[in-house]
Amino acid sequence: MNGTLARFARRIAPQLITLAVVVAMIGIVFPGFFDISIANGRLYGSPVDILNRGAPVALLAIGMTLVIATGGIDLSVGAVMAICGAIAATLIVEGYSLPATLALSLGAGLLCGLWNGILVAVLGIQPIVATLILMVAGRGIAQLVTEGMIRTFSHDGFASLGSGNLLWLPTPVVIWICAGILATLIVRRTALGMLIEAVGINRRASMLAGVNARLLLVTVYMVSGLCAAMAGIIVTADIRGADANNAGLFLELDAILAVVVGGTSLLGGHFSLIASLIGAMIIQAINTGILVAGFPPEFNLVIKACIVLAILVLQSPALQGAAILFSRAKGQP
Amino acid sequence: MFAKTLLGASLLASMTILSSAALAQTIGFSQIGSESGWRAAETTITKQQAEKRGIDLKFSDAQQKQENQIKALRSFIAQGVDAILVAPVVATGWDAVLKEAKEAEIPVILLDRMVDSDKDLYLTAVGSDLVHEGEVAGKWLVDDAAGKECNVVELQGTTGSSPAIDRKKGFEQGIAGAANIKIIRSQTGDFTRAKGKEVMESFLKAENGGKNICALYAHNDDMAVGAIQAIKEAGLKPGTDIKIVSIDAVPDIFQAMAAGEANATVELTPNMAGPAFDALKAFKDNGTMPPKFIQTESKLYTQKDDPAKEYEARKGLGY
Amino acid sequence: MTVVSSQSQPLLAAVGLSKTFPGTRALDGVDFELRAGEVHALLGENGAGKSTLIKCLTGAYRRDGGDILLDGASIDPRDTQEAQRLGIGTVYQEVNLLPNLTVAENLLLGRQPRSFGLVSRRETNRTAREMLSRYGLAIDVARALDSYSVAIQQIVAIARAVSLSGKVLILDEPTASLDRDEVRMLFDVVSSLRAQGLGIVFISHFLDQVFDISDRITVLRNGKLVGVREAATLDRTQLINMMLGRELSEETRDRGRGGFDYAQAPRIAFAGTGRAGVIAPFDLSIHRGEVVGMAGLLGSGRTETAELMFAAAPRDGGTVTKDGTPLKLASPRDAIAAGFGFSPEDRKTSGIIGDMSVRENIVLALQARQGWMRPVRLSRQREMADDYIRRLGIRTPDAEKPIGQLSGGNQQKALLARWLATNPEFLILDEPTRGIDVGAHAEIIRMIEELCASGMSLLVISSELDELVTYSHRVVVVRDRVHVAELIGEEITTDSIVAAIAKPSPVQEAGT
Repeated sequence: MNGTLARFARRIAPQLITLAVVVAMIGIVFPGFFDISIANGRLYGSPVDILNRGAPVALLAIGMTLVIATGGIDLSVGAVMAICGAIAATLIVEGYSLPATLALSLGAGLLCGLWNGILVAVLGIQPIVATLILMVAGRGIAQLVTEGMIRTFSHDGFASLGSGNLLWLPTPVVIWICAGILATLIVRRTALGMLIEAVGINRRASMLAGVNARLLLVTVYMVSGLCAAMAGIIVTADIRGADANNAGLFLELDAILAVVVGGTSLLGGHFSLIASLIGAMIIQAINTGILVAGFPPEFNLVIKACIVLAILVLQSPALQGAAILFSRAKGQP
Repeated sequence: MFAKTLLGASLLASMTILSSAALAQTIGFSQIGSESGWRAAETTITKQQAEKRGIDLKFSDAQQKQENQIKALRSFIAQGVDAILVAPVVATGWDAVLKEAKEAEIPVILLDRMVDSDKDLYLTAVGSDLVHEGEVAGKWLVDDAAGKECNVVELQGTTGSSPAIDRKKGFEQGIAGAANIKIIRSQTGDFTRAKGKEVMESFLKAENGGKNICALYAHNDDMAVGAIQAIKEAGLKPGTDIKIVSIDAVPDIFQAMAAGEANATVELTPNMAGPAFDALKAFKDNGTMPPKFIQTESKLYTQKDDPAKEYEARKGLGY
Repeated sequence: MTVVSSQSQPLLAAVGLSKTFPGTRALDGVDFELRAGEVHALLGENGAGKSTLIKCLTGAYRRDGGDILLDGASIDPRDTQEAQRLGIGTVYQEVNLLPNLTVAENLLLGRQPRSFGLVSRRETNRTAREMLSRYGLAIDVARALDSYSVAIQQIVAIARAVSLSGKVLILDEPTASLDRDEVRMLFDVVSSLRAQGLGIVFISHFLDQVFDISDRITVLRNGKLVGVREAATLDRTQLINMMLGRELSEETRDRGRGGFDYAQAPRIAFAGTGRAGVIAPFDLSIHRGEVVGMAGLLGSGRTETAELMFAAAPRDGGTVTKDGTPLKLASPRDAIAAGFGFSPEDRKTSGIIGDMSVRENIVLALQARQGWMRPVRLSRQREMADDYIRRLGIRTPDAEKPIGQLSGGNQQKALLARWLATNPEFLILDEPTRGIDVGAHAEIIRMIEELCASGMSLLVISSELDELVTYSHRVVVVRDRVHVAELIGEEITTDSIVAAIAKPSPVQEAGT
């Protein structure tokens, strides 16, 4: 049992160290970063902002990790966010109850996932192409739902999902942490994780060993759709309006980046949800750090790109091999 | 064969002249698409304005594609409309089709955006002056602060876009000379509500929980609406603790103003067609050549201007 | 052509070659010597160091110690291209050419004749035809490479390698996917190259072929040189002895199986199972404790039969019954639920999950059958894995090692363990001994016999007729996508199987 724990610690160590380094860097350029106070009945401060603003990418990263573990990719999550946010805002404006609104918009997310899953698993279309379809069409669908405008609502119960508090934390933080724990438990306490990895590494061999690869693939895309729906609901609730043009725009790329920074190979196979979630926080820490640092906005993307590049280079197999050799050389007299 | 065609063409031409003189005008309108609420409102208002003047408006939605717009313009020319309104999706590549319109003696009026073609190729362009909008916002803040020290944070539009550059420049011109007003932080909010909120949160953290901030200037209303929520969640009163001035005048900002949470907005009017139709009428009636650029009014709205009523008036326009 | 005095100076020599990987010493001061005009077999169990030696010689690996001499001069190729330029060409088991280009393009890629700066297709084809005619091959060089059999692709690869390098040709398991006639054809080519004075290194698991073609044999074991012998002076037993370092019980010859009692009703019965264009409808039944062997040339429909039986490929119709009750078999999952197991021919693409641990590979089928909701507890998984590792003698440091890093024989055993864990009633093994070393080979044969003794029903497909004769109660012969013969009990000899494979219609004569 101890071995498992040690292996887990080794697995997520690079991500934790990276997060620590990024946070320390922010602390240097913005000394007030670590000030945390309690205001309006919740923790308040930049670290809390990172957890809060990172919620959409963290949620997307959960689904994306599973999809990538099967050797696929889901480019449609940003568009699915827009669709589900648009549906949620429209329904709440039309006077539906909150539970009905949530059920219907989460259902829409599942439906989007089902669509992707069928294209990939049943029709055998390459995942990048299959999900590209919904990525392109999805934003259009969202605009049809909102009729091209920002659908603003004033429903405090719904809005609290985005900007309310729970247990002294912003609600989105509680949502993504719970979703992450739940997903990890489901995947690791059942055999789901292992079967997903098997399909990702060798689909044919898994099928011949009796793994229901088709059902599994459809399932992971549906989970990804569900995660995107949650992210879309949070974003919509947060700004009290559904912005079909901008909700989740390019977030699929951040989610993929989070998974990659989390150390899961894009080729599929072994994955770690926790590492992906830390990856999502690393990316959000960079974003928030740039905002509080006060650089001119023209530098935002360049700074982000440089930091991400540095992280990926440090995690690259070539450099890791060198590090192992180095430590061994030092360790042996 | 040739003679027949010629005859047909001249017949058609004479009929066109006849109809323009006697019957209602037919005007073609090539719209970019409906990428934003403002654009949708512009379409709605153009249709309303045409109806009010008894103009038969032929509407064509280009869905963000220049080739669709050029096709639409050619079809308008072939139909022999009396005039063409076009909101060009890009600035270049219009020379050929504009020449065709000119040869067919159909005046073209540009709405909202400019093109890089020879000025002779179109009658006039109706649009807003982005720098001026920023300047109006800046002047309002100078008046409102009335000499008191005021630290301003700025939410810019998408980095590198012309509204972001011009509205920033205009605002800086507006506050030039007022030494009491200083821009202490400026960051992009990508014109979106979500980014506006996120960036405002970071401003509040970085500036002593917002206590250093006296006013927010946002390059559009959407970002301001997001920022207002961030300010509220930080336990401050938007509109009071932090003054809010932004640009566009979309319905939601009037709602915020009515609630006392925003202070001022500068209108980017979606009514570009009204001045265009007026100029066209003057040109057709007595040959008055309009100026090459008709600047729409950048009207300032504050809490005194009955924001609740403005909200009601605008909410049906498709914003 | 220069005539090199074969005794004075070797064409290619490795002196005290060493190569170390983290944790293992793959080559430990190995000497190797290749003369011009000889075929030199390089033998050893998996992990003996054959492929490491080859990779050092061809520049795929850099050596850690020792020296490589080509024509007496020290060389240190940095990559395979450089080795090729120096004169050392390699042809691998999996043909590493471009299957969708034409034969001519493959032969001359990168150095096609040009006219006016453009590639001249006519000239390319002409040169290619000329090149192949030297190998007695008159084929349409303008057709895509993959429209030809593996044997012809193999010869094209050899022709390309020889024309590029011209001194040393290394053939790494070239015959693994060839049938008898194709091997003959390949060996003719090799013999003529030998006559031209090339030095040829030949690596194979097929000992018969080794004796057939080789002049000398070098044997490696655990990264060390065991010895070099003239092939003519060596017999089979001595060779196996050198490779294993122990006596193998004289190739596990027939141990007098009693006649099988066919009075009992069969356990599994397929009737009218087939698929148009793939395999003609066949009837096949298997009893408790029976091993049915399946023989036939490659591509005859053996593997297709297995896939149809396991529902891994669609069937046109027919019925399947188990103990008299009809089964609905629509997918491998159904087959597994009915107590079937299937270890496919291509271990790498259809068998192992390479990046997963030995433990996970072993529990995979059991876990898949139980469903994801009912996980096999980790402690139970470890127990099972350790148990099978011990029982089947899987050589691995521990159960957590990725299976892809094991040798072929140990992968095969782990796959066997995967199915044994599901406690199957009917197990299909497609080429279970292909490409694995002699030691593991014998162990797998022993296991097949044990399983059958315990009451399991087995269908074993194999190209090794000796092997089939050893353990089969019955042998089904497949030819040209038809099950043509069934040999029972005493009828089963290598000769009778060969006759059934070769003769037009041995069925009637054999009188099943």
